[in-house]
Amino acid sequence: MSDQSQPTRPTAIRLLLVLLPLAAILGSFVWIASLDPLRSFNNGAPPVESLTVERTVLDQTGIQILVRAGGSEAMQIAQIAVDDAYWTFTQNPPGPIARGSAVWLQIPYPWVLGEAHHVALVSNTGTVFGHEIAVAVPTPQATAGQFRMQALVGALVGLLPVALGLMFYPAMRGFGTAGMNFVLALTVGMLAFLLLDMIAEATELAAEAAAMFQGSAMVWLSALASFLLLMAIGRWRGRPEGLALAFYIALGIGLHNFGEGLAIGGAFAAGAAGLGTFLVLGFALHNVTEGIGIAAPMLRIRPPLWSFAALTLLAGAPAVLGIWVGSLAYAPQWSALALAVGAGAILQVMVEVSAYLQRQNSDRQAILFSPAVLGGFLGGIAFMYVTAALIKV
Amino acid sequence: MSAMSADPYAAPMSGMAHGNMTTVGRVDHDANGFDPSTMLTDWDTGTTELLPDGRTLRTFEVTAIDREIEIAPGVLFPAWTFNGRVPGPALRAKEGERLKIIFRNHGSHPHSMHFHGIHSARMDGVPGAGLIGPGEEFIYEFDAKPFGCHLYHCHALPLKRHMHKGMYGLFVIDPDPTRQSDPALSAVAASRMLGSPENGNWQELAMVMNAFDTNFDGGNEVYAVNTVGQAYMNVPIRIDKTRPVRVYLVNVTEFDPINSFHLHANFFDYFDTGTTLTPTLRTVDLIMQCQAQRGILEFSFADHEDGMYMFHAHQSEFTELGWVGMFDVRGPGA
Repeated sequence: MSDQSQPTRPTAIRLLLVLLPLAAILGSFVWIASLDPLRSFNNGAPPVESLTVERTVLDQTGIQILVRAGGSEAMQIAQIAVDDAYWTFTQNPPGPIARGSAVWLQIPYPWVLGEAHHVALVSNTGTVFGHEIAVAVPTPQATAGQFRMQALVGALVGLLPVALGLMFYPAMRGFGTAGMNFVLALTVGMLAFLLLDMIAEATELAAEAAAMFQGSAMVWLSALASFLLLMAIGRWRGRPEGLALAFYIALGIGLHNFGEGLAIGGAFAAGAAGLGTFLVLGFALHNVTEGIGIAAPMLRIRPPLWSFAALTLLAGAPAVLGIWVGSLAYAPQWSALALAVGAGAILQVMVEVSAYLQRQNSDRQAILFSPAVLGGFLGGIAFMYVTAALIKV
Repeated sequence: MSAMSADPYAAPMSGMAHGNMTTVGRVDHDANGFDPSTMLTDWDTGTTELLPDGRTLRTFEVTAIDREIEIAPGVLFPAWTFNGRVPGPALRAKEGERLKIIFRNHGSHPHSMHFHGIHSARMDGVPGAGLIGPGEEFIYEFDAKPFGCHLYHCHALPLKRHMHKGMYGLFVIDPDPTRQSDPALSAVAASRMLGSPENGNWQELAMVMNAFDTNFDGGNEVYAVNTVGQAYMNVPIRIDKTRPVRVYLVNVTEFDPINSFHLHANFFDYFDTGTTLTPTLRTVDLIMQCQAQRGILEFSFADHEDGMYMFHAHQSEFTELGWVGMFDVRGPGA
């Protein structure tokens, strides 16, 4: 406590002060590894084994699955039984599967269209990992025709409703303050629903992923990180409003639609859809509010015409991308990550739209519980909830 | 066909081989210390000496050993064994002999040998009567009766665990031809008596239908005859078609109520429990056995073409989980 002015230590000393604890860490790790202090706890129990199936591909050569090992040691798949019948298989790459790495298993099994199959992976210790194929359909292949068909569906559920919603823009411009408050609150309500929906979807997906991805922590932390980053970017130069705010909303919704696309693409791949016309209509209706929400912060400005096209693309096109990715490269942890990032983006625009709404009114606190705002908020949630019933199968 | 590859919703190719229904790789029989192919004819007849009253005393030595065995290629199972093998040694004696089985427990749990036969309560191999702890020894003594195809198994509790861990084996008592007054039955008995000239013409096979619950969930993952799934698909059993075949068959499968034996392209006579010299079932190609049920199958391929003749459980599930094999039927020289 004597010397207030920290003397600037020589660089060598400062470097040493950092290197010393680093060396101690390294040394203690080596020491622990060589001493094996847990040796006395070794009770002869077999290693903990864990296998997670990340992808399933059905085609003319049979069944292929991508599995990731996550046990306490490298593990070996000794045999595979499909529907209680031992079947030949090849593993690529062969040999023991190191913790955290993934291998493809190719099983030339004559699967039956539209029926269920059960794949049992038997490890060398006799542990069995089951994998259910609920409905066997050929996995979509990356052909131009397939991409076009999927892009059409993506446009119907993503682009079209956003464009339709934006068409309310001219009508909404005539609104007074109460009307505008209502529309902004409606937007926040709609976003609140999407936020809950995405978080629920993301944690559900994350639970299917291998344990090492720590699904729940990954979802919440990446949502938080995405929220903070977007807030920081958004407030780089003042608070976003007008066209900028509209673009942030479009970005958040775009990420949500990417998630929806993943789900639809995954359903294609898993054979769950039967994606009927009814379902596509449901998505379209559900997403019309998204266009209204994007338009809401632009009512007091005169945005250029191109911005409408750009907003529609930003919010809707990710649905197409999502379907492509979801049907081809489906791994639960990456889908969960995409949804979590989207959830953070949604939260950011909820905060910014609310702040914008408050700034538009003189009494910032009271306005939140005015009939127009509360009605709009609850109305937005209710509309989303009811229309979501159409698309949950 | 070229168009098919472009159609993403095409059904799988019809040419996909159903012959792919098999385990991958081979079991290391040397590491296991036993080979299902040699087990078929590997009878343990013990050692004999003459008793003062003129009867034969036959002595067997059996040791319980914990051992990890490979029951399907690459799949290891922590077994409890008799003499290091699963099934345990196929003990074979003759009706009327005095039997002495010296049993030592080198395992980690209490074990016993419970014989299906006629003996006193003291020799029954249940708790309090010949069930011994690790490091202990017990000698079972009784007369070999009745003749037939029997089994022994550990009767320590919980019984389910001690059964499916591998503690069982065949216990065959050959009929004594001199005890039969009917010359026809006497001839049958002679043909069943190991070592007799009449018996020498037969091809006798010891088969134990068993299964393994590798993940201990109360259901079996691997089914087999003589432990190794698919063993007789990989190495078919050579049959000389000029000589008749006799199978000593016992079912010790745990968890599943029954097991079965089906012979392809042929029929057989069946002697349930082997305690009769005339068949209890004639001209069948399938028999069922509950756990510990057993019997003798007799058949001939004399009039058949050479070829591979399949046999398996006719529970398709058991078949496809390993319990399937082939008889490689040929003439003596072929």
